Amino acid sequence: MKLVTAVIKPYQLDAVKEALHALGVAGLTVSEVQGYGRQKGHTEVYRGAEYTVEFLPKIKVEVLTDEIDVEKIVDAIVTSSRTGKIGDGKVWVTSIDEVVRVRTGERGLDAL
Amino acid sequence: MEINTGNTAWLLLSSALVLLMTPGLALFYGGLNRSKGVLNMMMMSFSAIGLVSVLWVVYGFTLAFGVNESAGLQNIIGNFDYLGTDVAKISEEWLFFGANTGIPTYAFLVFQMMFAVITVALISGAVSDRMKFGGWVLFALGWFSLVYIPVAHMVWGGGFIGTTIRALDFAGGTAVHINAGAAALALVLVLGKRIGWPKENMRPHNVPFVALGAGLLWFGWFGFNAGSELTVDGTTVIAFINTQVATAAALLGWVAVEWIRDRKPTLVGASSGAVAGLVAITPACGFVAPLPAVLIGLVAGAVCALAVGLKYRFGYDDSLDVVGVHFVGGWIGSLAIGLFATDAVNSGITDEKILNASNGLFYGGGATQLLRQFEGSALVTVYSFGVALVLALVLKAVKLLRVSEESEVGGIDIAAHGETGYEFTPAAGSGNGGAFALAGIGQKETVDADGKASVSQKVSG
Repeated sequence: MKLVTAVIKPYQLDAVKEALHALGVAGLTVSEVQGYGRQKGHTEVYRGAEYTVEFLPKIKVEVLTDEIDVEKIVDAIVTSSRTGKIGDGKVWVTSIDEVVRVRTGERGLDAL
Repeated sequence: MEINTGNTAWLLLSSALVLLMTPGLALFYGGLNRSKGVLNMMMMSFSAIGLVSVLWVVYGFTLAFGVNESAGLQNIIGNFDYLGTDVAKISEEWLFFGANTGIPTYAFLVFQMMFAVITVALISGAVSDRMKFGGWVLFALGWFSLVYIPVAHMVWGGGFIGTTIRALDFAGGTAVHINAGAAALALVLVLGKRIGWPKENMRPHNVPFVALGAGLLWFGWFGFNAGSELTVDGTTVIAFINTQVATAAALLGWVAVEWIRDRKPTLVGASSGAVAGLVAITPACGFVAPLPAVLIGLVAGAVCALAVGLKYRFGYDDSLDVVGVHFVGGWIGSLAIGLFATDAVNSGITDEKILNASNGLFYGGGATQLLRQFEGSALVTVYSFGVALVLALVLKAVKLLRVSEESEVGGIDIAAHGETGYEFTPAAGSGNGGAFALAGIGQKETVDADGKASVSQKVSG
């Protein structure tokens, strides 16, 4: 089993969600996070005082899946969240040892 | 006596409008402040309403506007003619200013009460996040008694700034704004900087509050300025128009500076510019024509936008720019009288029975009035600054001035008042706008592994 994690721009969330839905992904977890990559932050000016805000608001999307679907899911996320501008985010895949469905106690692929 | 119902109705309505300015100020200042001190900031305004309203009816009004007949003393203070609530005087006509206004004395009392309230509240914007609340109440009590009352008397109550120097102040450029601004400067010099200023992120936590507060101030200011004529006549209308156009022009002036200097026009700037314009037109609104009022507003907006940067240059932490907006704006408006005042707008200016002043430099009066305006403004500046400095030093000596470092860092709201403005989720609970981080309005204050704050600041002001 794999965990696909994507950090994307907040306003790309709907597009990613729809792309994953079209693939038949049953569930996903979304959290609001902050961070920066190569683009660093942005500058805000209040009454002439300039503040550099390094951490930008981002959305983290997490999808648990079996190994067969990983590529399709990664492609769907990358395609749907790409704007071509700096700050589009990252997608990474990690291996998962075990998954348990809390309601039934099912384990492994049955729990996905 | 015959009460003039029109004048009295307008004055009572104006009084209510001026009262609204103080909760408006609370929102304006509260929004500009960090979230962990928003309630303390607003509480300082509300405490001024409570404290000053009561003291005004007890001894404030009578000492500011009682007609003192002892030679010499009448120049600086009133007497006890209106002490307490002498109900027999409630329908007695107010006969001051040499005009038959037909307003009862107590209508004038309540109108002036609101001025005293907001003047004290104005000072608080400089001291946010770090002044002991008890210390603030004592400072407010002392400054109101020792500075506001005599200055109001000197400017408006028959004292020597109005009658000997003959400096003009229609609605409070010297008595309110320069007075409060000078006190704010003295207070912050003794109080010191907020921990982390100026390198830490101390930006406004709620810009919509700022705009709402500025809007309420603007609305209430029509009572402040147009009410100050005490009657309803042509000058009242001019004061009303001037209030609108100068404020609008100052908004444009401040935003223009930002647009050119910072590349972006901001709502904080538009709101601040409006307030700067209101301040600047206040002393002049009943003496100048609308086009000069536009010019006064434009200059005030642009100059105040630049002036708020002075605190970084000189290193004093006037948190919400009371000096940059009220002190500087008040001076601009006061001096503008010496340039633009004309008896074509207000025949009382040159009437020797009423104000016995001169037309402005550009209206045939030479530099006479400009010099008088300078003298009056300078006197109020020196007096208010001096007394506020002594008051602050006394409070510091008895350890009633500044909260502990722990209270300041943790947030003065919870330390001083036991309440907080917003409920934060544990993950977002840094008290620095965390609740709004999810909406993309604010940013959490985070420290990275090296202990370096995530926010840095440089100043372009």
